[in-house]
Amino acid sequence: MKIRLTVNGTSRELDAHPMARLLDVLRQELDLTGTKEGCGEGECGACTVILDGEPVLSCLVPVLQAGGREVETVEGLAEGEGREFLERFVNTGGVQCGACTPGIVVTARALLARDPEPSREQIREALAGNLCRCTGYEGILRAFRAGGPG
Amino acid sequence: MTRIGESPPRPDGLPKVTGGARYGDDFELPGMLYGATVRSSHAHAALEAVRWRPERAPEGAVCVTAADLPGPNGVLLIDDAWPILAAEETCHVGEAVALVAAASRLDARRAVAAVEVEYRELPAVVDLDAADRHEPFCRYGLERGDVDAAFADASLSVVEGTYRTGHQEHIYIECQAMTAWFQEDGALRVIGSMQCPYYVHKSLVHAFGLAPERVRVEASAVGGGFGGKEDFPSMVAIHAALLARASGRPVRIAYDRHEDIVGTTKRHPARVRHRTAFTDEGRLRAMEIEVVIDGGAYPTLSSVVLSRAVLHAAGPYRCPNVRVRGRAVRTHTATNGAFRGFGAPQVQFAVERQIDRVARALDLDPLSIRLRNALVPGDHFPTGQVADETTSARACLEKVQEITGFRERWRQLEQARGGRRDGRPARGLGLSLYFHGAGFTGNGERRMRSPVTARLGRDGRLEILTAMVDMGQGVAVVYPQLACEASGLGPDDVTFADPDTGRVPDSGPTVASRTTMVVGQLVSRVAVELAERVVEWWMKSQGTTERPALAGGQLTTADGTARPFREVAAACVAELGELETTLRYEPPETGQPFDEATYQGDAYPTFSWGADVVEVEVDPDSLEVRPQRAVAVCEVGRALHPTLCAGQIEGGTLQAIGWGLLEEMKLEGGRYLNDRMATYIIPTIKDSPRIQVHLLERPFAGGPFGAKGVGELPMDGGAPAVVAAVENATGLGLSEIPATPERLMGALTAAGGVFPK
Repeated sequence: MKIRLTVNGTSRELDAHPMARLLDVLRQELDLTGTKEGCGEGECGACTVILDGEPVLSCLVPVLQAGGREVETVEGLAEGEGREFLERFVNTGGVQCGACTPGIVVTARALLARDPEPSREQIREALAGNLCRCTGYEGILRAFRAGGPG
Repeated sequence: MTRIGESPPRPDGLPKVTGGARYGDDFELPGMLYGATVRSSHAHAALEAVRWRPERAPEGAVCVTAADLPGPNGVLLIDDAWPILAAEETCHVGEAVALVAAASRLDARRAVAAVEVEYRELPAVVDLDAADRHEPFCRYGLERGDVDAAFADASLSVVEGTYRTGHQEHIYIECQAMTAWFQEDGALRVIGSMQCPYYVHKSLVHAFGLAPERVRVEASAVGGGFGGKEDFPSMVAIHAALLARASGRPVRIAYDRHEDIVGTTKRHPARVRHRTAFTDEGRLRAMEIEVVIDGGAYPTLSSVVLSRAVLHAAGPYRCPNVRVRGRAVRTHTATNGAFRGFGAPQVQFAVERQIDRVARALDLDPLSIRLRNALVPGDHFPTGQVADETTSARACLEKVQEITGFRERWRQLEQARGGRRDGRPARGLGLSLYFHGAGFTGNGERRMRSPVTARLGRDGRLEILTAMVDMGQGVAVVYPQLACEASGLGPDDVTFADPDTGRVPDSGPTVASRTTMVVGQLVSRVAVELAERVVEWWMKSQGTTERPALAGGQLTTADGTARPFREVAAACVAELGELETTLRYEPPETGQPFDEATYQGDAYPTFSWGADVVEVEVDPDSLEVRPQRAVAVCEVGRALHPTLCAGQIEGGTLQAIGWGLLEEMKLEGGRYLNDRMATYIIPTIKDSPRIQVHLLERPFAGGPFGAKGVGELPMDGGAPAVVAAVENATGLGLSEIPATPERLMGALTAAGGVFPK
């Protein structure tokens, strides 16, 4: 069926099975491969995108549910004021292999939009659904602290 | 500037945080098919028939079975005993029996259902103890001093213990993914997620009978390896290439998580028995150690994992009489393979628990017993290797005591423990001391003599060509740092080549904490040599004998005139053509050669050292363990890029704590019961302690600017420290990990339902 949604500020119309995973539509139809699949069952958070301001797991969202709504992916974060946070994320050792990174920076964007200066506990709560196997999470936490949240 | 000891941004950083980096499953090729794998449902069975029923499969689907292989049915690693596809029999659940490819992922899954497999079940051996009654894959051992005489000495006390560690799944966040196609000229191309492009290359050459130059392997961005992309990618690459050959189209195989857990390698489970004789002052006099590791169904890398296990089994301790006997046994479970630490974490969990047991027998605290026995420079390892000047076991212990006040707090918590039942969490501290041999074991580097190439292009930039893969550890920033620091080039003068066997020399695999220490050293030297050729050309062209200084990318003459190196180099290349230099690794001729028959001699060029203190809270009702803080003091020679170096230790420490507390593969009849991320649990940010890393530096003459290997070291310390902390909190001294609430409940019940004093 025809589905219209806004992705990173651009209105897109596509022909997709209504139960197709938003993850697959983003990656395969729109070539937005920044969004990763880590587990396919909502455990790892690598596929996190922002849907109308809220972080969601795109492997669990049928594209139908995104119809008429705004989706923001990691590719959209590079624009605008969020860039400073991304650069800091690199410099503090928040990135190693990078496979969990899109999900984490997307979740961070949603958190920082709500609260520009979250506490360590709030960050841990917000990122509790994003698994990282490389960093021990310390480099990620440092990105929020160093120089104040972005 | 990108000097050694500074932390410049990694070049792959921004592409990764903006979603631009392309991993194994992140690109499409025209006409590409998707592959899927038909997997065994039995731990051990004869394959009576494997039948492809194309009429039941989607249009255009293809199938490959063992009968269709163009060459030997073996993935070549050390040997080729690992079947590409099961032929006569299947030896573990999840083993590949056949391959299919179709136009979409969904169609590929449908095509799997069009393969009929008839099994005849055979008896299966699925656990280590049962397997140990059969002939092992291999045995190694070593002996130093007179162990039997020491145990016969009635003045010594003896403590025994048996320790067990289980499977650990890598859970790199990016699953295995590989794409293969044949060019029109018949040459084979492969791109995917891997640590070792030339391992994959070698296995493809073997499986397809192609000339080496007709096979080209490139690493994509790699979403985590930890050893899991050392051995297994060769299998996935061959599978994708077989389907590409059968279909005449490019084929992608990208595992989903379930398949990745079921089908791929894991850390070897181990059972380690210790018998230790010691004096009343707590000095070690004899250690008798038996190490058994579970290799799974096929030998693959088990012999080298066992070798490292045997060489680390006695821990970082001084003991005049040591006997280690090791064997790798065969079970009908997925092949176990490389995983960060490579046999050392298993044996160091055991020896650390045993040392704690010795300390308790003497009422010594964990720090004192370790200080008393830790190796110091000039001591001997059990192989007879002399501990070099950078041996830092004591320094790590002293520093971690200074930071944490371990000894006093541990003693307080020991005394406070008995009988308390106020419902509040029990607190505890645990200490571990550990070491890790950096680089390949024994004569590995000597045999390989890895080459590294530097090339000067028309733009005057120096390109470093190696087969090393950046899987997150940061080689793509550290190599240019090394090249600049050594040669005087500027950061914009040096680039790091993507690993592509069509361009880079075989500088060996990205494993064994060798990337920086061994290959990095060549990177420095080759950059110096090439820069020197440019300087000499310039002097000749200027008709001068006066050497200009080369620093920060500028050639500066005595009169103070500075010229950008890149401009001079571009002029040099314009005249002479592109310049290239290749150097090979030559191990230092110092020390004793390693004897592979007797396991005597220098097993490693040097060792890295560490001491951890982990603090936990244990819920008195649920027995859940919550790590609060982990302090890792690590001696790494020289931290070239402190942020990345600390990042390796932070991440490795958490991976080790996860292994010690949470991560458990449950098997029943050779079948994994928790084969998903929902049921195989790794630490989330909420399960993680604050991790504080303190780096000690004692430059090692054999590494670039003093650097030693780092990547695997932290994997050795976390598990014994966290289990010791649980013991300090509860009195429950586990000899098996992970320390799950279930396992602690068993220990508590055995203790009569109350935390022992």
